Amino acid sequence: MMLASLRLRLHETFVRWALRTRPPEPVPIILTQRRVYVLPTRAGLAYAAALGVILLGAMNYNLSLGHALVFLLAGLGIVAILHTFRNLVQISLSPGRCEPVFAGSPAQFSLILENRRPDARTSLRLWIGDQDAVEVDIDARASKVATLGYPATRRGWLPMPRVTVETTWPLGLVRAWSYAAPELMCLVYPAPAAKAPPLPWSGDSARGTTRDGRGADDFSGMRKHQVSDAPRHVAWKAVARQHDGPLLTKLFAGASAQQIWLDWNELPATADGEQRLSILARWMLDADAAGLAWGLRLPALQLAPDNGQEQLAAGLRALALHNDGAR
Amino acid sequence: MARASRPISRRQTWWLLASAIAAAAPLAQQVPLWLALAGASAFGWRALLTWQHWRLPPRWLQVLLVIAGTVGVFLQYRTILGRTPGIALLLVFLALKLLELRAARDAVVTALLCYFLVLGQFLFTQTIPTAMLAGLTVLITTAALLAASDDRPHPRQQLRRAALLLAQALPFMLLLFVLFPRVQGPLWGIPQDRFSAVSGLSDSMSPGSIAQLSQSDAIAFRVQFKGEVPPQSQLYWRGPVMPAFDGRSWRVAQTMGAYPEVPYAGAGTPVEYEVTLEPHGKHWLFALEMPASLPPESALTSDYQPVARQPVRNRTRYTQRAWPEALAGIDETPGSLRAALSLPKDGNPRTRAVGAAWRAEHGEDGAAILAAAQNLFNRQLLIYTLNPPLLGADMVDEFLFDSKRGFCEHFAAAFVFALRSAGVPARVVAGYQGGEINPVDGYLEVRQYDAHAWTEAWIAGRGWVRIDPTAISAPSRINNNLAAAVPANEGLPLLARSDMAWLKELRYRLDAVTNGWNQWVLGYNPQRQRDLLASLGLKEPDWRSMTAILSVLCGVIMLGLAGWILRNRLHVDPVLAAWRKFTARLARRGMVWQPWEGPLDFAERAAAADPAHGEGIREIAALYAGLRYGPAPQAADLIRFKNRIAAFRP
Repeated sequence: MMLASLRLRLHETFVRWALRTRPPEPVPIILTQRRVYVLPTRAGLAYAAALGVILLGAMNYNLSLGHALVFLLAGLGIVAILHTFRNLVQISLSPGRCEPVFAGSPAQFSLILENRRPDARTSLRLWIGDQDAVEVDIDARASKVATLGYPATRRGWLPMPRVTVETTWPLGLVRAWSYAAPELMCLVYPAPAAKAPPLPWSGDSARGTTRDGRGADDFSGMRKHQVSDAPRHVAWKAVARQHDGPLLTKLFAGASAQQIWLDWNELPATADGEQRLSILARWMLDADAAGLAWGLRLPALQLAPDNGQEQLAAGLRALALHNDGAR
Repeated sequence: MARASRPISRRQTWWLLASAIAAAAPLAQQVPLWLALAGASAFGWRALLTWQHWRLPPRWLQVLLVIAGTVGVFLQYRTILGRTPGIALLLVFLALKLLELRAARDAVVTALLCYFLVLGQFLFTQTIPTAMLAGLTVLITTAALLAASDDRPHPRQQLRRAALLLAQALPFMLLLFVLFPRVQGPLWGIPQDRFSAVSGLSDSMSPGSIAQLSQSDAIAFRVQFKGEVPPQSQLYWRGPVMPAFDGRSWRVAQTMGAYPEVPYAGAGTPVEYEVTLEPHGKHWLFALEMPASLPPESALTSDYQPVARQPVRNRTRYTQRAWPEALAGIDETPGSLRAALSLPKDGNPRTRAVGAAWRAEHGEDGAAILAAAQNLFNRQLLIYTLNPPLLGADMVDEFLFDSKRGFCEHFAAAFVFALRSAGVPARVVAGYQGGEINPVDGYLEVRQYDAHAWTEAWIAGRGWVRIDPTAISAPSRINNNLAAAVPANEGLPLLARSDMAWLKELRYRLDAVTNGWNQWVLGYNPQRQRDLLASLGLKEPDWRSMTAILSVLCGVIMLGLAGWILRNRLHVDPVLAAWRKFTARLARRGMVWQPWEGPLDFAERAAAADPAHGEGIREIAALYAGLRYGPAPQAADLIRFKNRIAAFRP
């Protein structure tokens, strides 16, 4: 136990030294000779031990060819070091995209790996922390996107943690690795509450419209059904008419058709800050799914009622970054 | 490690199977038949499993098989240590490892076992074909190791990559081979099973024992003379001396290591030479008569035969000097002389009678009796033949007076018997006579069919005198070779015959290649290493200087190889390189170029932040955009672009 924690501490110290410049680093990050480390793998150690035994046997029996065998295999080991090193060195990493995620699901960081050398890179493995590794090959003078998962636990900005890039290609005897901390942020929305009060229809949140959507809103047309569309807006009649056609969604003119306000202050008094944000996130998703126009009132921020993906993104972003500085 | 737990694919299994077969097949004839068959069926089973996508056998069955195999090996050899049992055990493990290939770790273990088995082959033979076969095995095993990391490439590509890696490893191998400080084995006791059956002279001689060797054209030893090669008739390679006679066979009766130094004075022109002795499992070091110097770790027996302290189990090389005319044993001990006179109580009455007559006529005059004996052999018209008739109890009498046909052991035995019965101390000397110069490399090759027996008689004032009774009846055996002396219709090994010149020529070349291999590859031992390094100008090479040179040269090769492997490191677009320099300068001023930003947008932002240099920034960005994304970039633009950036000092 003691040993394990000591090992961990030493490892952390090494990584900090290895990264020297404080993360995040300027892009593109090029894995230069000085930051690629090489050590034998466990298989490599076994290989070395086996060579030692073969050498002893060759000495004991005065086998010249046994000596030659050991020396050839030793040369192979040295060559493996060079090839493994070559497989990793001079790769450049630059941050790619990172789509926002809800807390609780893994953030997907995309890294663009670029190989400017005329040889392909084989079996590179990348991972963050204790996550599963992603294995990529890069063709000669080409680039490739690797998407690394990392669990997002808290809302707000999640900087991409340190990435380990590793390879043991070609012989698996030697491991070359490097660390990188590219500047890439993932926006983490609060996790939508599993149980939330119903959407707030009462008060001034609903403006002169009835709940079932008849009246002021005008039917304006149909489009292909999307998963986020409310089932109530499916044009069931149209579906029934054209057998095995696509599901269609009725569109209603005017954002004002149904409008609600999602208000921080209207939430139950028992809920604390994070729970309120979770409930608001749930409401936004529900309202968006229902095709409602919704507005958001936070203590320090107000979003005018609207609907659609952009409104949803803006709302969730506001929730994610709510009071960010105070935390 | 995540990698180690990854399951093994079918392709990887095929590779490992191929490498296991390549490693195990050459050893099949060295292990008992049941093991060879069991191993083959394990391989076949594994192939079937892979082919049919069947499941691996359950673990309890694997454990059971390992136990059964180990017990089988133990019952076979009554031990699991030593050469052959060890290899048998490795084969058992390899075969069963294949049946439990689950994770990548197992692949590495299998590959290592295969490398071990390559060493196992060398325990039995180290010829050039063996080396080539071993090279193939190493190639396949290395390809299997490559496949264990990445099994996607086509097998041919995989082999090519393995060959490339091994080719790059070759310089290291050569360097290490030459410079790695060698240690003379054995480090610990060598099990006695090494060199169990080698043909060669034995320590006793009975009718037919040397004639049997005449059927073998195996090399006994090779000799390289420093100066001129002595005449064929002087090439007596002294082996075991046999004074003890029991009526049928002659035996050695010598004191090992009686003389640490040569006890007699030199005479005549010394002959310098170097012997490369094939292993024969005995202590004898064959030397041209009379030995004038002793190889290290050896001594002379009481009858002047050089013997090594350790049995010759490896091909051994030693330099020697001979005094062809030395007088040895002038003051021989009475004990030895008595032993050289002893005869069985009865038998061979006719020879005894002849001896007694000589004794009566010449008295103490040994030289005269010797002459009489030679005269007798000459008169009898004895016939030298490979196929003498079987002889009865009085074999000397029957040979001399009845059948008159015999091989060299008959001649020597009869001559010594006759001399002893006349009161002249005499003994049989076994060894090799002659040899043949290989015209390709100039080495004298002494083969088993050159085995010979001759005699020594002790004459007062002259010591032990060599007389070869065969030479009296068949001088061509001594002056030429065996083929010239025996009748043409008697079966001889190919090389002993004088016809088939082209085949002999071919064989000479082959022998010369083998000899070069033996001398420089197999015989590269601590001594040869020291000699070579000394001839390269390294005075008094010891392990320290060798290690130092080795490290430096290995470093040089490594650098060279690294340079080659990492060649053509980066091809950076000069436009991009200059732009990077530019953005790095701005970044230091707090204006970081974001990768998603277009150069012109960035320039606007940077110019806004630093209006004093705004124009310069905009111009550079515009040039960059033009060079990078515009049609047909102009060289002049590039130069301007670079100059602007070089001059840009925010």
